[in-house]
Amino acid sequence: MIEITDQLVDNLAELSRLEFDATQKSVIKSDLQKIIQFMEKLNELDTEGVEPLLHISTRTNVLREDEVKGSITREEGLKNAPATDGQFFEVPKVIQK
Amino acid sequence: MSDAKEKYEVVIGLEVHAQLATESKLFCGDSASFGAEPNTHVSPITLAHPGTLPKTNKKAVEYAVKMGIACHCEIAPFTYFSRKNYFYPDLPKGYQVSQNVHPICDKGYITIHTNGTKRNVLLDHIHLEDDAGKSIHDLYPDYTCIDLNRAGTPLIEIVSLPDMHSAEEAFQYVTEIRRLVRWIGICDGNMEEGSLRCDANVSIRLKGEIKLGTKVEVKNLNSIRNVKRAIEFEVERMIKMVENGEKIIQQTRSYDADKNITFALRDKEEANDYRYFPEPDLAPIELTEKDVQRIKELLPALPQDLQADFVEKYGLSAYDAEQLTLEKDTADFFLQTANISNQYKAIANWITGPLRQLANDQQIDFSQLQMAPEQIAGTIQIIDEGKVNFSIASSKILPALLGNPDATALDIATKENLLQTSDTGELEAWIDEALASMPDKVKEYQKGKKGLIGLFVGQVKKISKGKADPKITTELLQQKLG
Amino acid sequence: MFSFSSIEEYLRDLLHGRTTCKEAVQYFLDNISSAQHLNAFLEVYGAEALQRAAELDQQRQENPNSIGKLHGVVIGLKDVIIYKNHKLSAASKVLEGYEAVYNATAVERLLAEGAIVIGRQNCDEFAMGSSNENSAFGKVLNAKDNTRVPGGSSGGSAVAVQAGLCMVSLGSDTGGSVRQPADFCGIVGLKPSYGRVSRYGLIAYASSFDQIGIFGHNVADAALVLEVVAGEDEFDSTVSNEPVGSYVSNIKSNSDKKYKIACFRQALEHPILDAEIKTSIFNTIEKLKSEGHEIEMVDFDYLDYIVPTYYILTTAEASSNLSRFDGVRYGHRTKEKNVDLSAFYKKSRSEGFGIEVQKRIMLGSFVLSAGYFDAYFTKAQKVRQLLKKATKEIFSQYDLLIMPTVTAPAFRFGEKSEDPIEMYLSDIYTVFANLVGIPAISLPLYQHSNGMPFGLQVLAPMFKEDEMLQFSDKVMEIKAL
Repeated sequence: MIEITDQLVDNLAELSRLEFDATQKSVIKSDLQKIIQFMEKLNELDTEGVEPLLHISTRTNVLREDEVKGSITREEGLKNAPATDGQFFEVPKVIQK
Repeated sequence: MSDAKEKYEVVIGLEVHAQLATESKLFCGDSASFGAEPNTHVSPITLAHPGTLPKTNKKAVEYAVKMGIACHCEIAPFTYFSRKNYFYPDLPKGYQVSQNVHPICDKGYITIHTNGTKRNVLLDHIHLEDDAGKSIHDLYPDYTCIDLNRAGTPLIEIVSLPDMHSAEEAFQYVTEIRRLVRWIGICDGNMEEGSLRCDANVSIRLKGEIKLGTKVEVKNLNSIRNVKRAIEFEVERMIKMVENGEKIIQQTRSYDADKNITFALRDKEEANDYRYFPEPDLAPIELTEKDVQRIKELLPALPQDLQADFVEKYGLSAYDAEQLTLEKDTADFFLQTANISNQYKAIANWITGPLRQLANDQQIDFSQLQMAPEQIAGTIQIIDEGKVNFSIASSKILPALLGNPDATALDIATKENLLQTSDTGELEAWIDEALASMPDKVKEYQKGKKGLIGLFVGQVKKISKGKADPKITTELLQQKLG
Repeated sequence: MFSFSSIEEYLRDLLHGRTTCKEAVQYFLDNISSAQHLNAFLEVYGAEALQRAAELDQQRQENPNSIGKLHGVVIGLKDVIIYKNHKLSAASKVLEGYEAVYNATAVERLLAEGAIVIGRQNCDEFAMGSSNENSAFGKVLNAKDNTRVPGGSSGGSAVAVQAGLCMVSLGSDTGGSVRQPADFCGIVGLKPSYGRVSRYGLIAYASSFDQIGIFGHNVADAALVLEVVAGEDEFDSTVSNEPVGSYVSNIKSNSDKKYKIACFRQALEHPILDAEIKTSIFNTIEKLKSEGHEIEMVDFDYLDYIVPTYYILTTAEASSNLSRFDGVRYGHRTKEKNVDLSAFYKKSRSEGFGIEVQKRIMLGSFVLSAGYFDAYFTKAQKVRQLLKKATKEIFSQYDLLIMPTVTAPAFRFGEKSEDPIEMYLSDIYTVFANLVGIPAISLPLYQHSNGMPFGLQVLAPMFKEDEMLQFSDKVMEIKAL
């Protein structure tokens, strides 16, 4: 039975690039605890020697020919950009500490 | 310092990324070519718009297998992609599609030569993955610019075991990879343009120690030469630290080519948890022995094998064999010419000498030289027959052959009046003229300075505008002067 | 006076000049207008739909013999199915302002057959939820009883058909998100086999579970839409190359066939199951037996493990699929300045995603993270393997499977507790089909004493939509009698 600590919640938030205020964090922490505990029900099942199911579809070698097609214009590509100079997507400069 | 160095063994592992020269990207049909206007090789898939899905480029798979065969790897009968999850603005999906288990090629080795010794550097594996886009930090003060042209282009990552022990070995290793990828036609191997990239993992340990030392990752190695320089610097830095009693920190460092130093990359996240899991949007790939065989047959003879052939079958020197197999084009040209003429040594000389020089002068690839094997074979023949000498052939005949597919060396020599004369009458006249112009030297020769014969031959050559057959001239001179 | 009962009749009426596409569209637009309180639609393409209707009417006049299979069919799209040049939000603030630059393959196929898209339908944010209470744009009301939920995540799509706001809807089903709201709203809800319909253009929630699903008033309508959207697609590597059957024309075939049907004992005996649902299903079983079909109770010991398995795997895939919503190339970006890159991401994403979505992303990151991967993710993959094998076993002996769709009919808003597990457990009957990739359909057979509808779920082996539809059509006929 794993314990969901504040540290774990912080680590997961970091990995997920999410942030929570104190109230949200407390709800998340307690929900995670309940749900993860619920997930541990699987430990009741003996899966010794069972191969994990990696792909639900049985097809293999679904490949495409090396052809150039399907591109859109730069204008279309930048249409939804929150910030752009018409050439690039712009993000606030990565601050080097 | 050298004493300290003797105590330590250097351990190096290299991760080399090669951008595959396919027409389109790894998982979608945008062009994979280099140098286009920013954000013009994009599609909803490259841009990771909601609802988009990847589909694997058949050619990229083939290229990866080709490299695997060339590096003596085991080609995986069953391979699939995994997601490597992390956030960065030039990584549109928020994950890279890569392979962390069951890579397409496993194990293998790359043969290097250092100081005349041959060694196989062991590989861990080769895998396929898609490239990220480019972040440009210096266009604006407040913004970083993101160009996604490169996002999604296919890469193979060649991962060695920590099996190199000197900067020189690392240099040879990357040189060999570059030769191989260019040879088999899967990548143009241009480190300056970024189609070939290298990260080094360097550590030191006391000789005899089994445990590996703390390793440092060195990035931003943008030329093969800088791979060597950076590693040399890093090794020295590490040895100094250890000798001073300091502990080496596991970190990522960047190489500054101007200052020839490495420096720690700050704000590098702690070991990122990439949360790899099988990519559910892509079908796994099964490669049968037949598939591998079919791809193997598409491969040309590999450089190492040709190099050996050149020595064993064609009797060339190890040096010539090495020079000819630096590039596939020169090796091919040799083979084609050797089909017509059996003057193998001469052919090798022509290729590694005047022809390569011509290509360099014109700043073109060897393959772009407009010269046919028949033309070189023809040139060699008339030299062999004594009709012209090498110097005239290379300086006057060769340039005239260039771009004239129908011209032969004999034609040109005849037309341009370059044929050597073996007519003793004419030769005698030139010899007399030459000797008359340097009576003192004649006296010295007759006194015993036999080495001056070369001077006389040279003078005869000059007077005859190259038409004097040097061999016969020499004989006649010797007869005349006694 | 326009009225709609089935696509077949509608097409006949069109061809006989008894109605027009324009009339149909106007009818639905009027209904939508009077039913705004239901909040089923996030956007209505009124002018556009009327325009297209006019064009189709013209085309049909000129060429009555070459009209598409879905000529003039008024259809709604769940806000996770991408429609070029139209807004798309997955009912989330994180996609604010986003306008699609391409069409989902399913949408291309609908349009090619003459369908008219009337609007974008409300749903749970990123398809995560079972009641449509998780939309950033307000909840959707069940048209039968406005104090009750319509189900989720495709609540808007279900209500739209239920309340006569369109003829059919396309939704998405990852763990029951089409079948459960269909059940709650008293209509037909179909989830195809995994890989039957292209996912290109469907916002990904859990890539190995998602399928586009269909809502309709009857089995034939669902079958027709399926026939149009199903099949191989060059853009989707997970779509099957199994040939698409003529589902509609085959629907009355095999009308004399007697099926061998399994029913999970543990499913019907589960304490969580509403008593009336249990009784109703047993009655149906008896009725079917009297028609000559063989129905057998089969032991299924894995029932209690399917929901945990489902949540481990779907949250894992979702946590990765939702990483692209980062405010860099589209969608919401934080207005806060002077933040480092990490904070930039965190603020943009946390300002945009609702709390249920954030919770599932956190769960997904957890089960995939180093140290927990084997115990949770790999374990769940192994259980999925066991489930797949067990299913194959069952279908080697039986043609079909039947079970309840839901544990209880549509509950009232606020009735479900704060306990996340209770909510998740109510998916127990629907997640099974997604875990093993088989097709399933919910048939609106019953009415609860509380006035709400509920249904029966029919499941078939992978790519046996034909059998499933034929049998379903038969079952619906029995109900009609």
